[in-house]
Amino acid sequence: MPASVELRDVHKSYGQNEVIKGVSLRIEPGEFVVFVGPSGCGKSTLLRMIAGLEDITAGELRFDDDVVNDWDPARRNIGMVFQSYALYPHMTVEQNVGFGLKLAKRPRAELAERVEDALRVLQLTELRRHKPSELSGGQRQRVAIGRAIVRNPNVFLFDEPLSNLDASLRGQMRMEIGKLHQRLKNTVIYVTHDQVEAMTLADRIVVFEGGHIRQIGTPLELYERPANRFVASFIGTPTMGFLEGRVVRRSERGLEIALAVDGTQSTMLPGRWPTLATGAIVTLGIRPEHCLCRLAGGAVRTGTVVLVERLGADTFAFVEVAGAEAPVAVRLGPADRHIANGQEVGLSFDPANVLLFDGDGTTVFATEQ
Amino acid sequence: MPSERKSIPLRLALYALMVCTAVVFLFPFLFMIASSFKTNDQIFTDLESFRALLPVGPLTGENYARAFRLGHIGHYLFNSLLVTGITVSLGLVVNSLAAFALARIEWRGKQAVLTLLVILLVVPFEVISVPLMLLVASLPGLAIGADGIEITRSWLDTLYVQIVPFIANAFSIYLFYQFFRDIPKDLDEAAYVDGATPLQVYRHVIVPSSLPVFATVTILQGLAMWNQYLWPLITVPGEAARPLMVGMEQFFGARRTAWGEVMAYATIITVPILAAFIIFQRWFVRSVVGSGVKG
Repeated sequence: MPASVELRDVHKSYGQNEVIKGVSLRIEPGEFVVFVGPSGCGKSTLLRMIAGLEDITAGELRFDDDVVNDWDPARRNIGMVFQSYALYPHMTVEQNVGFGLKLAKRPRAELAERVEDALRVLQLTELRRHKPSELSGGQRQRVAIGRAIVRNPNVFLFDEPLSNLDASLRGQMRMEIGKLHQRLKNTVIYVTHDQVEAMTLADRIVVFEGGHIRQIGTPLELYERPANRFVASFIGTPTMGFLEGRVVRRSERGLEIALAVDGTQSTMLPGRWPTLATGAIVTLGIRPEHCLCRLAGGAVRTGTVVLVERLGADTFAFVEVAGAEAPVAVRLGPADRHIANGQEVGLSFDPANVLLFDGDGTTVFATEQ
Repeated sequence: MPSERKSIPLRLALYALMVCTAVVFLFPFLFMIASSFKTNDQIFTDLESFRALLPVGPLTGENYARAFRLGHIGHYLFNSLLVTGITVSLGLVVNSLAAFALARIEWRGKQAVLTLLVILLVVPFEVISVPLMLLVASLPGLAIGADGIEITRSWLDTLYVQIVPFIANAFSIYLFYQFFRDIPKDLDEAAYVDGATPLQVYRHVIVPSSLPVFATVTILQGLAMWNQYLWPLITVPGEAARPLMVGMEQFFGARRTAWGEVMAYATIITVPILAAFIIFQRWFVRSVVGSGVKG
């Protein structure tokens, strides 16, 4: 039976160093939740705390109605897939998958049947007598997943399971994990730093930074309505472009923001913005697909193309704009794909699709159009 | 890594050097075996030429017959096999478990114990042999007497006085510790998630991944036990519990030493340890070179 997982004000410290700083979160039974965040944000540590491999310094961890803080990993009935696969090198595929059932002293016939089922689901039947050293990366990964599913655990934990695979295999395994979840309907907590994995697999994504949760939401919520500049920059490839500005006028029509230092270039954002006063320093966030880049004039800002990435289906130009921290990414339309490095271009965007961040980096949304 | 092809003269020189080194190491061994088939006079006659290393001239099996007849060799061999076998078997379990606790489990005071272990590594046995002897001499022990098991007033002159003090061995623990430390920690964690207890992790994950180091410790601790001389000499005055090594001294009497018999005796006591080495050699070499246990 899939279990719910609830974290209540959970903390983790190593001596004086606090790495998880009060995390509260509820994961519903059967939900696929992905933890994302930059390296060192505490996402893997939190997963290991849920697994029982790390102590919880303070707070409460519940599986359904049970507080499991002091339960050892075995009692929690979890299945875990490690980044390194962690297959027992001296055991065959079959023995690796059946090891947990053997420890649980399941009857031999039941053990054989359940191992057989797991091997079949993961297309490993032919490889049952092979040792891990004789398998490819993708096959090893499937054995690790087999080991996790064979015990029919309440919760599946995945710790960056695809990071050791090459790009094409990663895509294939991602799809297999997604299909497996649809079939088994278990609760899944999946840690990754790859936002493509997060966006494609998750029912909900939890974004971590510095031991805090920055936002919880569905992939589209996080993409379209990020809570702050950190989430906005973390979700989406290429990264959202940011332009600094200053509120110069509030009117019935919207908010006029000056973008250039000399105030000569400005844009009007529609809607009402009651929390922003005239003179407030703001940042505009623009997704690459909402930005236009033309050689001709009539643009909101001008800049220099520093890199063009031709990915086949899409072409992105990175435009260096005076005053912006990083080059702004622009997805080029078919007509603009001839744009090359070093060219001066004009940037423009649809004000309705721009995100606005206040001085603290928190997203400010218009109250009405 | 690209393999480097050495030139033929260089390879010849290397082989010649290796052969010379092998001969130097084989020299005493060949001398021992050849001499064990010769009479005392023949040994001294051959000593001035390479004949000393070869089984040539009038050969006899009498030395072996006398070694078995006079040397109680069967009895001493049994004692040595028992002492070595039990010490090594228990030592493998005790020392590897200690190393497992040090390398794979977090507990308060672990670092202090590790430091103590390293200190113990550099203390030679001779330094503690006399205080240890005084200790075992006053420890109450057990013996099988005419009326069954009896309590004795000392451990002296028993088999277990040659076993118990040598089961726990700092060097063996350190060898195990170094090997266990390099096994990926994820394996333990995967086993814990699979429902294993620490002892099951040791039994099902660590031990099967560490056969080379078990072979190494078996050879090194076995060799050390087999060659024990000082300790049984001072703690086992009687014949009942005497091991092979000490048994050799009976050939060095006040009269002329029978070197042929000494060599026959030495050959007999070398055979078991040589056999053990040949059996475990494959793992031993792998362990010494350092085996890859990467996942």
